[in-house]
Amino acid sequence: MKLAFLLSGGKDSLYAAYLAKQAGHELVCAITIYSKNKDSYMFHTPCVEKTKKQAKSMSLSLLACKTKGEKEKELKDLEKAIKKAKQKYNIQGIVTGAIESCYQASRIQKICDKLNLECFNPLWQKPQLELLNDLIKNGFKVIVTSVAAYPLNPSLLGRKIDKKFIHEIKLLQEKFKINPAGEGGEFETFVLNCPLFSNSLKIIDKKITGKNNSWKMEVKLK
Amino acid sequence: MKILLIKTNKESFHELEFVRSIENILKNNKIKFFTSHYKDLKKQDLKNADKIIICGTSLKDNHFLKNIDYFKWIENYNKPILGICSGMQIISKIFKAKLKHRQEIGLKTLNFKKEFLGLKNKKEVYELHNNYFDLPKNFTKFTDSKIPQAIKHNQKPLYGTLFHPEVRNKNLILEFCLF
Repeated sequence: MKLAFLLSGGKDSLYAAYLAKQAGHELVCAITIYSKNKDSYMFHTPCVEKTKKQAKSMSLSLLACKTKGEKEKELKDLEKAIKKAKQKYNIQGIVTGAIESCYQASRIQKICDKLNLECFNPLWQKPQLELLNDLIKNGFKVIVTSVAAYPLNPSLLGRKIDKKFIHEIKLLQEKFKINPAGEGGEFETFVLNCPLFSNSLKIIDKKITGKNNSWKMEVKLK
Repeated sequence: MKILLIKTNKESFHELEFVRSIENILKNNKIKFFTSHYKDLKKQDLKNADKIIICGTSLKDNHFLKNIDYFKWIENYNKPILGICSGMQIISKIFKAKLKHRQEIGLKTLNFKKEFLGLKNKKEVYELHNNYFDLPKNFTKFTDSKIPQAIKHNQKPLYGTLFHPEVRNKNLILEFCLF
């Protein structure tokens, strides 16, 4: 089946796309929504501009759309982008990285149904520590690009998701109920390399901003 | 106790969403299970199972309704069955209920007027369907919603939920498996 996937740049969207390819589907384009609202309910924003580099590394067309990120209106922008992907690339379905968010999943389901497209959520309800371990097992190089929950702090920015990270986030889950995959927005990630990429992305510069328990790292890629 | 999970999805990639999510609940609770697609079911599978869960499938997939003859065994099966979404539609169709169209997607609050596999009073559930069936004859509806959302056969241990308990009501699945 010809599929497009929603690409935020983070681990979930790319791992979901990877699973689609593993299942024998053809990924024909990636869709990125650039939200101006950093508190968007639908789209995660840190490093999202860098998805162009990721798409290039996958030799995939990137369909990028801007949204003001106003609640519900941003869904219209998403619908337009998916509709464009259907017209331009003749896709039969969409792949998302939704794990727990009924808000995100149900809205994308409605858009896909309206456009007569299949909606695939291969990470749906997946145990989150299992997901982190699967990323390592499958050769995903993922870094943390923002944090937004107590007691997370800027020392986590740029950290690679590895066994040590999983051990630490598990302790934070037990003590502070931090969602280990960050799906509650506790932290965001960016994928520097994965089996879908032809080359690893390299960070040549970074800028850290924020305060208290809300920090983000802007990266410049080679 | 051995649970048989029956897949109803046409497209195998949907299994991760509609079957794996239930397998994970069973695994986490050390409940033994085996899984088969409805087209691959053997008589021995039905014999070996203590209870059966018929899993859901995607919003656009109604292929199982065209293949309803694969499910004729349900009529004369006496062990407990829980049909989830498409599973409930299959049970309803086998018992000659009428198909209707109504889309419900997302979280919804249902009022369980009688206890249904551990759910009672108001509970939030996750819906994902374009169709439903009228209440089949000899079944009871457990919610006060217009359309049947949770049903049970009046004599047999045959249960159905139109909503997806694997999302917000995981204990319902455990209640079915363990009690």
